Amino acid sequence: MSDIFAKGLVCPLDKNNVDTDQIIPKQFLTSVSRDGFAEALFFDWRYLADGSANPEFVLNEPQYQGASILLTRANFGCGSSREHAPWAIQQYGFNVIIAESFADIFFNNSINNGMLLISLSAANIDFLFNRSKQGPQQWQIDLANQEILLGNNTAIGFSIDADVKQRLLSGLDFIGASETLSPQIDAYETRRRAAQPWLG
Amino acid sequence: MGQTLYQKIYQSHVVGALNGSTDLLFVDRHLIHEVTSPQAFAGLRQAGRPVRRPDLTFATMDHNTSTQVRSYDAAGETSRKQLEALAANCAENGIELLDLHHPDQGIVHVIGPELGLTQPGMIIVCGDSHTSTHGAFGAIAFGIGTSEVEHVLATQTLPQQVAKTLKVEVTGTLSPFVTPKDVILAVIGALGTAGGNGFVAEFCGDAIKGMTMEGRMTLCNMSIEMGAKAGLIAPDATTFAYLQGRSHAPKAEHWDAAVAYWQSLYSDADAQFDKVVQIDGSQIRPQVTWGTNPEQVIAIDQPVPAPESFSDLIKADAARRALIYMGLEAGQKLTDVAVDVVFIGSCTNSRIEDLRAAAAVVAGKTVASGVRALVVPGSGQVKRQAEAEGLADTFKAAGFEWREPGCSMCLGMNDDRVDAGQRCASTSNRNFEGRQGRGSRTHLVSPAMAAAAAIAGKFVDVSTISNGASA
Repeated sequence: MSDIFAKGLVCPLDKNNVDTDQIIPKQFLTSVSRDGFAEALFFDWRYLADGSANPEFVLNEPQYQGASILLTRANFGCGSSREHAPWAIQQYGFNVIIAESFADIFFNNSINNGMLLISLSAANIDFLFNRSKQGPQQWQIDLANQEILLGNNTAIGFSIDADVKQRLLSGLDFIGASETLSPQIDAYETRRRAAQPWLG
Repeated sequence: MGQTLYQKIYQSHVVGALNGSTDLLFVDRHLIHEVTSPQAFAGLRQAGRPVRRPDLTFATMDHNTSTQVRSYDAAGETSRKQLEALAANCAENGIELLDLHHPDQGIVHVIGPELGLTQPGMIIVCGDSHTSTHGAFGAIAFGIGTSEVEHVLATQTLPQQVAKTLKVEVTGTLSPFVTPKDVILAVIGALGTAGGNGFVAEFCGDAIKGMTMEGRMTLCNMSIEMGAKAGLIAPDATTFAYLQGRSHAPKAEHWDAAVAYWQSLYSDADAQFDKVVQIDGSQIRPQVTWGTNPEQVIAIDQPVPAPESFSDLIKADAARRALIYMGLEAGQKLTDVAVDVVFIGSCTNSRIEDLRAAAAVVAGKTVASGVRALVVPGSGQVKRQAEAEGLADTFKAAGFEWREPGCSMCLGMNDDRVDAGQRCASTSNRNFEGRQGRGSRTHLVSPAMAAAAAIAGKFVDVSTISNGASA
């Protein structure tokens, strides 16, 4: 198996604190499905009030069509816990997000959908934004060796929680993994009933 | 070495080690609502998994409901389908549901505590980021995504890693008319919207001890707005008194044992926190946000800051963009700025105490002409109590709309929205771009500040009005 987890065109979204209300506005949350959110991604930034594409929004620029790696800044995904946010990002075509930091719930939601989220220092993020200003970038992500391959023998290393890495590499169903501890769950419930009967 | 409150509760919920540094934790209460649960139930069905503990799972309808008519049909076709899906999923799996027609229906983070479902020492999760509210009772409570909702439904557990701990000590006595909402906005202003990332925050200090449970809920509710995984407060006599006699609280035969356990829930004197912040509560003034995230906040008597005043270039740029979006200028005083809409409600500020504080400002006065003002109580219980106390009449006489319980204009998933370019004084929790409707301009304030803005038609320093009234 290749060590390359993902590769593709990079779209730079140069903002801090991109919240989940921007990633997918509320009017798309009434669905009972997990699918169909690609068009809703960054809706209020991506489309003008008349419904036409906003030519000033980076996702609409011709050179970023088909991007699969999103580059952004600090605290990406803050706000609401809506998993519709990573669903929309993934269904649009991104499978990797590189940022200075991520909000906790968004991070977990993304990992649970098999997306890779990479946190880098502010200096490295600046370096990558500067690089992306030189022209459209094609990068490869080597998850096994924890490196972003920028081309021309240049790479940036990243750290990642070992458990998260293992989950992404194995692609395991996380409910199934927890179910292997069913006997321990049974035992916990028995102890809990005895010690704190008011909890049920 | 001693343990923090968070560490004590975490350890008492470890079912087993999953791998490396990830534990499987037992979940005591799982609260669900219509928006983030349908895909989780669909996933269970697809995999043939039952709900493991329907008796520990509780459901309500709040995000997507009309606050004008108690009907599934009132908020449109896709909303109706979502509400019907929740009702069907609860019926199929034996889960208690407080639907639109139940007298105690309301916002999930208002009814959980109200019904006594929320108790000290618990782990409580819900597919909603403001689940942090329940930390006010000394519980670990946090928001989860839909995949995790499915995981909890299937196993009544959740994989977790130990978070870092942050101690936020608010010392001193709060000034009159400075509320828990002002305290949490001031804390977020000091720490930033990402200041709590990776941390569980414990609030302590004299200013916190003096707060009611309603106030503590407001405080913990917004700990997510500084990025904290959860916020919590050690339970005390105020907590126990609030819980006693509530329908799902421990019954008489277990009460003493429960309280004895709850009394062991505090951070040891020698516990080490990863980060400690001290704030002088006596210096906090009524707060108003001026920008498009909750850290962009000032005291009402401060001018709107200039973007150049931020040494961080990215924050300066964010301020520049926020001022354009908000239609404000650096140096402006918000007391000169008119409001179009006033919203009193949301899981942050829709409890009885919030409505009392707002009604005290409104009593005998009239909403300024051209201002649309609404009060959306957090639950059926809050609504009935406010009506019994005459608060509803006070609001209605002043020209406020008095609505049915729900999340309403906090996020505008239903038809309660702020129009583009309109300015709203809101007691909710997020002032993000478009949060209350595309192009809406949100200023987060306390209930008293919102009420005062409704009467004056512009922002006012509630402490000056109230001083005048009492003179």
